[in-house]
Amino acid sequence: MFAKRLLAPLVILLLALPAWAGVAIQHWTTPQGTRVYFVENHDIPMLDVAVDFPAGSRFDTAGKSGLAALTHGMLDQGAGGLSDVLIAQRLADVGAVLGGVFDQDRAGVSLRSLSSARERDAAFGVLAAVLHQPEFPQAVMQRERARMLAQLRDEEANPGEIAEKAFYQALYGNQGYGLPVSGTARGLGGLKRGDLQAWYKARYRAGDAVISIIGDLRRAEAEQLALRLASGLPQGAAAAAPAPAKPMPLGQKRIAYPSSQSHVLMGEIGMARNDPDYFALYVGNHVLGGGGFDSRILEEVRQKRGYAYSAYSYFIPMAQPGPLLIGLQTKNAQAEDALKVARDTVAGFVAGGPSEAELAQAKNNLVGGFPLRIDSNKKILDYLRAIGFYRLPLTYLDDWVGAVQGVTLEQIKDAFQRRVNPEGMSVVIVGGNAG
Amino acid sequence: MQLKTALLLLSLAAPAAAGVTDVTLDNGLRVIVKEDHRAPVAVSQLWYKAGSMDEFNGTTGVAHVLEHTMFKGTEKVPEGEFSKRIAAAGGRENAFTNRDQTVYFQQLQKDRLAVAFELEADRMAKLQLKDESFAKEIQVVMEERRLRTEDNPQSVLYEQLMSVAYQAHPYRRPVIGWMDDLQSMTAKDARDWYARWYAPNNATLVVAGDVNPQDVVALAKQTFGPLAGKPLPPRKPQEEPAQRGEKRITVKAPAKQPYLLMAYHAPRLRDAEQDTMPWAMQVLAGVLSGNDSARLGKRLVKEQRIAVDAGASYDGIGRGPGMFYLEGTPSKGKTAAELEAALKAEIQRIQQGGVSEAELNRVKAQVIAGDVYQRDSVFYQAMQLGELATLGLPLDLLEKRVDKLKAVTAEQVQAAAKLLTGDKLSVASLDPQPISGQQPRPTLEGMNHVR
Repeated sequence: MFAKRLLAPLVILLLALPAWAGVAIQHWTTPQGTRVYFVENHDIPMLDVAVDFPAGSRFDTAGKSGLAALTHGMLDQGAGGLSDVLIAQRLADVGAVLGGVFDQDRAGVSLRSLSSARERDAAFGVLAAVLHQPEFPQAVMQRERARMLAQLRDEEANPGEIAEKAFYQALYGNQGYGLPVSGTARGLGGLKRGDLQAWYKARYRAGDAVISIIGDLRRAEAEQLALRLASGLPQGAAAAAPAPAKPMPLGQKRIAYPSSQSHVLMGEIGMARNDPDYFALYVGNHVLGGGGFDSRILEEVRQKRGYAYSAYSYFIPMAQPGPLLIGLQTKNAQAEDALKVARDTVAGFVAGGPSEAELAQAKNNLVGGFPLRIDSNKKILDYLRAIGFYRLPLTYLDDWVGAVQGVTLEQIKDAFQRRVNPEGMSVVIVGGNAG
Repeated sequence: MQLKTALLLLSLAAPAAAGVTDVTLDNGLRVIVKEDHRAPVAVSQLWYKAGSMDEFNGTTGVAHVLEHTMFKGTEKVPEGEFSKRIAAAGGRENAFTNRDQTVYFQQLQKDRLAVAFELEADRMAKLQLKDESFAKEIQVVMEERRLRTEDNPQSVLYEQLMSVAYQAHPYRRPVIGWMDDLQSMTAKDARDWYARWYAPNNATLVVAGDVNPQDVVALAKQTFGPLAGKPLPPRKPQEEPAQRGEKRITVKAPAKQPYLLMAYHAPRLRDAEQDTMPWAMQVLAGVLSGNDSARLGKRLVKEQRIAVDAGASYDGIGRGPGMFYLEGTPSKGKTAAELEAALKAEIQRIQQGGVSEAELNRVKAQVIAGDVYQRDSVFYQAMQLGELATLGLPLDLLEKRVDKLKAVTAEQVQAAAKLLTGDKLSVASLDPQPISGQQPRPTLEGMNHVR
């Protein structure tokens, strides 16, 4: 009754150029070599600080798998003369929240606090203690190790987690990205307090640290904070990163699990964060399996066949080439059928690339949705951290829309044909009987 | 927006809470707008007061199934087009169903709100659910149930505990529905649900972001205004009868360690002005596990090491009854029974000895800070408004809530703890079953009946 008339403005909207204010990132390096990224924003009386180090699980060895995670987890469990409980109390007393990010590449600590002087100063004091003087008390370490082992037991009882660990191991073997992020029971079991102390000194260095700050403080205050944080860290930079692992031979793994669904993961080594094909692969994958209901994989697996609730493909770009991961979960009896659909969809996309219409749709969504990527301090902080940690250009956010718009059909097809081999994918299936 | 002419009509728009516009259209659609000009974006959420608590036995899960099928097209917007059009406008969209309501939302650049409104208004009255579309989507929902519930022991435990803790109230049924009901659900069940509950007078439209409230209300009138309201079925109170003694269940599922979940019937917020107990209950949960130095973490995890994790939470703002939860994972070598005793001992300590001013102030400091932090998320602000509106609570509770919590005394927290008695308690314990060397178990739908 009214829709025909009302749908017309849609066309106009799509022609209109999106308008948004850029993010003004201030950047400097402290005398200790710590790189700082700062966005001043006084809209809300709060601030966020994050300090990131190249100290993720890929730096572990198989024998001490879990050292990186346990060290990171222990930072706020006793530091600068404050017990674990006192640290938590001091933060809670001022409503501050200390958080952590830990993945294959990165170990980071973040702080959110009110910007009023009393709250802010108390929170900064705790943050400095945690970063500068972690004590790794023996008894607390035993406890936290036991808690991590409990977490591993939960992961061993989760078919999705089992599949993910097996997938990374299939691609990277028993090193680097192949090591489980939270470690192994064997690796954790053998760790001594001295291991953690040595790890901290070696890997939490001012010369490698990236400080990201957003919120209600002035440039001079941010400089002061960054200087304080950087000067109290172990100085210098860590030894060079280990060389990327040699690709593993193609893997096919079926793991039995008493579940009603099978978790199917398929993929191969994809790209690094600074890859020249980044935008071609990113935009192309939006069409293949990254764009939700706009993507071919969800269309084929879920919409057309009702095989799964979730089905996707993602490049996981990291410091070194991370995986291209294609995944779905389906009832055990149709796991093979669903896998075949996903395989055929990837093969068809690599062979033919996206259509003009698909590419236009993907670009409209990505470009038109750009303001949603930077609509909160939390989201901007995450970009600051990524720009700093992965040494992306300072103009990354300013260039993002242009980079997406500039991707052509030919570039996508070419990049996928060079970089993705549908015949060369490892497959992991967890669930049902091992067939 | 090309809507300036319509603005003359909008003198009814009255402020309800700071920066919030609250208007009800002639057809009964309530429109709430919250301005936040930090970024050039807006979120639109359409809240239908129809959740799993409005379902009947035999068709449990239909509220959520209908949510899935709301994307299956209308005369004007063919199947699959809804998501495509939002995506083409640079938007993100999704929907969720819970016990109390079903919510559809879109996030867009601020000047593209019309795309969302037009699509939502169209499917509010014109859904065409074909049998073929339903047949595929119900398979997707069953896969969702397998993923989220069947293969997740803690979810199974929660589902089974609720079905025991509540004897009569529909909160006893899982939002996603029993598997057997999903297997025998028909397109007609979904269509009936749609016909019963989808109408402007059973919905609230919440918009938050960089918008002009008058423009938003005008756009809402233009798009949703022509839809007719309709009589809604009466809602029965379905009050839960008083529990007469402790209830206890064990759930066997493949797992590597035990897990314990305890649920106490607790008051819910009914009168935003007068009630004090719900706020005291919330502070009690904060004293027990609101921060890393709170009692359960400090005593059970850090000091006694009975648990690797322990927590408390209070769910007392909803259309149905309130509940206070304790949960935890015992440390290796400890049993669920030992953890249960330790959790009960912590409640008893507060019942007998109360809480300290320092603990109280710590929880309040977090409430005050949390109130500032939440302003970083426009989506979350809209969520809170939608929830208050659907529950029939005043919107200014968004701000008053902080004062209510700040006013809670140590005595009130102690009084709240005293309400947590054994007679109101239901306990569920996960009994881990071996994982390796075992044949796949039958799907859980059988188990649900067996209980």
